[in-house]
Amino acid sequence: MSSRSSARLGRSIALHLVLTPLALIWLFPLWMMVVFSTMPDNGIFSPGIELLPHGNFIDNFNNLQRDTNFVGAIGISVSVAVTYTFLSVLLTSMAGWALARYQFFGKGAVVAIILGTITLPYAVVLIPQFIMVARDFKLANTWVALIVPPLFNSLGVLFMRQSFSMMPDDLFDAARVEGVKEWRIFLFVALPLARPMLAALAIILFLASWNNYLWPLLINSQPGSMTAPVALGTLIGLTKVSWGGIMAGAVMLTVPMLVVFVLLQRHFIAGIAAGAVK
Amino acid sequence: MRNRNATAYRFLTPYLLIFAIFWVWPIISSFMISFQATRTVPWRFAPGFNWGRLIGDPAFFNALKNTLLILVIQVPVMISLALVMAVLLNSPLLKARGLYRFAFFAPVVVGEVAYSAVFRLMFNLDFGIINKLLNSIGLPKIDWFSNVTPAMALIMIAVTWRWAGYNAIILLAGMQSIPEDVYEAATLDRVSKLKQFFYITLPLLKPVIVFCLVLSIIGTMQLFTEPFLITERGGPGGGTETLGLLLYRQGFRSLNFGYASAVAYTMAGLAIAITLAQLWLTRGPK
Repeated sequence: MSSRSSARLGRSIALHLVLTPLALIWLFPLWMMVVFSTMPDNGIFSPGIELLPHGNFIDNFNNLQRDTNFVGAIGISVSVAVTYTFLSVLLTSMAGWALARYQFFGKGAVVAIILGTITLPYAVVLIPQFIMVARDFKLANTWVALIVPPLFNSLGVLFMRQSFSMMPDDLFDAARVEGVKEWRIFLFVALPLARPMLAALAIILFLASWNNYLWPLLINSQPGSMTAPVALGTLIGLTKVSWGGIMAGAVMLTVPMLVVFVLLQRHFIAGIAAGAVK
Repeated sequence: MRNRNATAYRFLTPYLLIFAIFWVWPIISSFMISFQATRTVPWRFAPGFNWGRLIGDPAFFNALKNTLLILVIQVPVMISLALVMAVLLNSPLLKARGLYRFAFFAPVVVGEVAYSAVFRLMFNLDFGIINKLLNSIGLPKIDWFSNVTPAMALIMIAVTWRWAGYNAIILLAGMQSIPEDVYEAATLDRVSKLKQFFYITLPLLKPVIVFCLVLSIIGTMQLFTEPFLITERGGPGGGTETLGLLLYRQGFRSLNFGYASAVAYTMAGLAIAITLAQLWLTRGPK
């Protein structure tokens, strides 16, 4: 073996020696989530060290369902996340299209304002949003309250603007010469071309809605209208509650997203990385 | 590109409408609410009421102190860790890249409630796996929830676990957009890998690092769920209370919207100030 390739080998071993323990530490909480979800409560609160799954998941799930209507809450979460994702992708890509493909009065101002909101804490709009939706519109504890106010997002629009502006002009000009209307060009030419970007956007938006906590906690606080994270959150800190059940709920919230993440990793990463790479 | 006001605004209207109703108006409204006494109906205009109280409120300064403390420790630690992750994941020598990527990026999809619950169990005083493991290697148990310092450390550990991979994704994408031939030239000139990192990667990555810093600072500034759920409403005794939690308690437990709005605007002011300082300090020579 030449000295160069043995140096390479040494570096490679060092790399894996650093990265492997770090990766195991990082996976540990997720692994323990699964382990806890399969242990009876008296097993979770026992002095022994348990690192392997048991067989108690179904019992834990039943305990969770006894403590709160988790299945109903999951139903709300799924419906809200699907509707939100559809509407938000539509709104966001329409706005991104306008900013990418047309010259118009006030364009610079619109872009500047969108950029400005990235650095603005959500806390500033939280209270008036709540007062407006709950008191003025009387929409607390409805799906509309969960779906509509979070529809505005800035990074998504910038991402779609970027995606559309990279498409070649002649593609759309050809359609215009044929007299095709602008909204048809958008729907039937631009959107199909942007499919990978739309997928990335949809995944990120779905995830954001699925995991959203603070706004649903405030606006949909009635038991029958809670999303799954909020319903699960009400159990944390109670004294007489099944922790195995809470963990079963945590697994039900997390594992589907992990599966989606593994299957659609490329889109996922593209969606997250989009903010930074211009 | 053609000048088409009507068409452009037709595409923009739904988005701008949502923006106007749920962002523009609230930004103005919460500013005005912060100057009103809101504990009795009808609310009345009282310019010094909330802001005056804020300046003399020990609970506010406690929350401010905790938030800034988490900010100055957690954010640099997390960004450095994310940078290490990104550099190592970017190495051509890495085998089983997918597995490592999964390990670091998986927390990105985990919801705040789910992971808060797991961390609470893992760090439990008598039955938590962390204390059991500490014990098994001969170290004393740590009371993560009853003492302020460990409780703060726990919040920082939890947030770092959740967000380091997210930042690593962004940094990794930034690194991969640096042209390969820069490194090839450096390697030909026998520049060591370490030097390449400090003299090529870091300077070219600066805008991306600043972007990560800004996002992280704004996120940590509003930290709410972790002290709410993990350390039980900012416990022990307000030791992990953050501005986000103070806003929640004032606004939505005590229904004192005026005071909560003043807290919100303080957060915004801080976020803007820190972001501007950040951009100014890291500005290019150009």
